[in-house]
Amino acid sequence: MIDNLLNITLLAFLAITAFAIIRIRNLFAVIMLFGIYSLLSAGLFVVLDAADVAFTEAAVGAGISTVLMLATLALTKNHEEKPPAHRPWLPMIVVLVTGAALVYGTVDIPSFSDSEAPAHKHVAPRYIEEGFKETGVPNLVTAVLASYRGFDTLGEVTVIFTAGIGVLLLLGRRRGRKRGDEDNNET
Amino acid sequence: MKHNLILRVIAKLLIPIIVLYALYVQFHGDFGPGGGFQAGVIFSVAFIFYALVYGIETAERVMPESVLRILASLGVLIYAGTGVATMLLGGNFLDYNVLASNPIAGQHIGILVIELGVGITVSSVMLLIFFIFAGRARQ
Repeated sequence: MIDNLLNITLLAFLAITAFAIIRIRNLFAVIMLFGIYSLLSAGLFVVLDAADVAFTEAAVGAGISTVLMLATLALTKNHEEKPPAHRPWLPMIVVLVTGAALVYGTVDIPSFSDSEAPAHKHVAPRYIEEGFKETGVPNLVTAVLASYRGFDTLGEVTVIFTAGIGVLLLLGRRRGRKRGDEDNNET
Repeated sequence: MKHNLILRVIAKLLIPIIVLYALYVQFHGDFGPGGGFQAGVIFSVAFIFYALVYGIETAERVMPESVLRILASLGVLIYAGTGVATMLLGGNFLDYNVLASNPIAGQHIGILVIELGVGITVSSVMLLIFFIFAGRARQ
């Protein structure tokens, strides 16, 4: 009961925030709303008992992304240009058709916490039954993330590392010095 | 922001708590929610907070970009190195059972070490990206 109430409230606020993000032209306000959107999603994850995911969403989505977007905003203008006056009907139809397809897709999804769902039939029972015995780690999420799926997590860390290298190569401050070096070589 | 006394005092008060909390999330991830990813982000948030209040130059003196670059690679190296170490000890890649005399202790060591690698890489990459973005804004 209380879960339903919380879900409805959070989802309503999510929808309101999304509409506000579309309508508002002040980019600073939009970034703040993005942060609020992430925080609301984190709340939804808590209601779904996914504490680890909620944690990540709150820290990365509401925390770091907001700061990074603000840092980006400092490089650009604070205000979005007025949108071109095109007709909204074609995008509207595309969005409605996609949305209808997605809603149609949810009909086949097993209901929340259905123990007969295919996702709970594959390897999950083994993790739940044997996870603590095999790893000795009470938090099953950590056991799966770090031990059973250690290889996947290595991939994730490599992705973050690669993203850092990419930003470093594209925006790194070394460029200025290198230009100076070339100037020295020319002269 | 040189004269913002309240902000500076509160930042001084909060930053150690944020760092402590990050370490708690890092090393308590086995028992409660959290782990390397979350801890790394929280850890970097403490430095970003410091940079926002005290200026980026001061923060870069505390944590120079060259150190961050090394740390970012070090985290991945620790993670992959654990895998190589388990292979050298006769197990599969990232099979922590062989790290200690009994499998449970091995799993514990393995998970702790790779989570540390994750935390180091995530926090240093986040800080690196922040410093680069903020540094461009300054130019």
